[in-house]
Amino acid sequence: MSRSGSLISIHNLSKSYRVGEVTVDALRGVDLEVGASEFLSIVGPSGSGKSTLFHILGGLTPPTRGSVSIDGVNLAEMSDAGRTNMRKTKVGFVFQKYNLLPTLTARDNIAIARHIAGKPLEHDAWFTEVLDLLGISGRLDHKPRAMSGGEQQRVAIARAIVNHPAILLADEPTGNLDTKNSDAVLNVLRGLNERLGQTILMITHNHEAAAYGHRIVNMRDGQIVY
Amino acid sequence: MINKLVLENLKHRPVRTLLSVLAIAIEVTMILTLVGLSRGMLDEAGRRAKGVGADVWIRPPGSSAISFSSAPMSEGLLKYFGEQPHVTVATGTIAQPIGGIDTVTGVDLEKFSRLSGGFRYLAGGPFQAPDDILVDERYAKQNHLEVGSQLKLLNKQWRVCGIFETGKLARLVLPLARLQELTGNTGKLTQIFVKLDDPKLTNEMVRSFKQKLPDYAIYSIEEFTSLFSVNNVPGLKPFIYVVIAISVIVGFLVVFLSMYTAVLERTREIGILKSLGAGPNYILSILLRETFVLAAVGSLLGILFSFGTRWLILEFAGATLTAMITPDWWPTTTIIAVGGAVMGSLYPGWKAIKQDALEALSYE
Repeated sequence: MSRSGSLISIHNLSKSYRVGEVTVDALRGVDLEVGASEFLSIVGPSGSGKSTLFHILGGLTPPTRGSVSIDGVNLAEMSDAGRTNMRKTKVGFVFQKYNLLPTLTARDNIAIARHIAGKPLEHDAWFTEVLDLLGISGRLDHKPRAMSGGEQQRVAIARAIVNHPAILLADEPTGNLDTKNSDAVLNVLRGLNERLGQTILMITHNHEAAAYGHRIVNMRDGQIVY
Repeated sequence: MINKLVLENLKHRPVRTLLSVLAIAIEVTMILTLVGLSRGMLDEAGRRAKGVGADVWIRPPGSSAISFSSAPMSEGLLKYFGEQPHVTVATGTIAQPIGGIDTVTGVDLEKFSRLSGGFRYLAGGPFQAPDDILVDERYAKQNHLEVGSQLKLLNKQWRVCGIFETGKLARLVLPLARLQELTGNTGKLTQIFVKLDDPKLTNEMVRSFKQKLPDYAIYSIEEFTSLFSVNNVPGLKPFIYVVIAISVIVGFLVVFLSMYTAVLERTREIGILKSLGAGPNYILSILLRETFVLAAVGSLLGILFSFGTRWLILEFAGATLTAMITPDWWPTTTIIAVGGAVMGSLYPGWKAIKQDALEALSYE
């Protein structure tokens, strides 16, 4: 935990990048605290900086200024290799487009996350419970092309949490799903949070989806607005 | 787990996998066929030389063991050698190139029979008329010849009077005097064979002949046949190396293109792996293992193909070309194929490692 007792502590976080000859300030001094076992929804229009925040939290890109600590570890001071290592165990990603490996079955898509983290491939009792909660126990030997969007997203969620990450980052997890599947996925996320205490940060455009979280944070022009 | 991913990736793009494997197989087959052909030709020539049954082999001054020289030696030398102690038979032949690497050989059948025990006829028999020709079994098979068939050589029609078992001196045999006359080499010989009453005296007699005829190339049969190696054929070794280099370049380019395409196609997948925490070694390991599988399967297939090319050569060009299977070259060609393939996958691998995870994840 950080000094403030939060699982995630973000202070004065800025991120600038160049598009051609133009410098874009994607984040402008963001401050945010997220507690352990919290389900936080981040809402904002396109270009508000929520995806950039998500990518920094996931260690996919370094911040330009400021500090970001997850579970007491400051990402701003990490090298590329350090952030790569952090992704193995500290964070789990769920993407809008599921991002499953098309050549592997659901079981192997989950197993490869374990393998990359250097952990045994066998499921423990906790994860068997997760699979039941996600309702995909009977679909594990299918490849993504044989699964519905909702099923693929639930496999992606299973893969994201299989290594017991400190935080689960979900980027528009229902963006490609119909209402029924969206509700199923959101219920699964809430179930993971309530029954297993999984900390979740979810980015969404959808206010109904955002309402599944304990708290909603709005972003606009690279800043958090309350 | 990585192996499973590698195999699934290869299965996922079967046409590309098959083409890559085939290209590597052809690379390996090219090398093995060339080496097998070189060795086979030399081995065959050596075996036919041994089949003559001579103890000492004499070639003209300044000649090499492996050449298609005409007839610069005087037939008078036969008398000289015949009078030497321990010499039981001395006979000579004339070899005339007839195009490509084929030659026709003029032989004194009576003396040659005393030297070698004679040809073993599978059909027909010795010369009956001035325009008769003897052919060996392999030449007859390739050219669909039988006793009585007509054969055009040296701008003349010849009648096949006998077909003899392969492995003795030559494939096409004419009467010595007839070939000397036709080629304007009356009284001349290309090579002389000497048989001794005691083969144990061979080295001693060779030394003696060399002292008396220092300009001539004089070999024991063992020494002579040992000269039939790749190292003793001028230009053959560099030629083999050039073909190997070309094969490696072809293999390199094929794997380079294949893996480069694979990396481009799998940009998003590489991004996914990076998002899961896969580092550069993990990504590179996937690509290298994939390359290794392609190269290993390609090498194995190339080795199998080399049996096919050998069969084709023997079946359709057996009289001119002889190919061997060369198992001692299998590890070398496999190393060459794998090495070329790994080199071909290095740049695509580097590109995959350097790919930005965010850009990769947003790749469509």
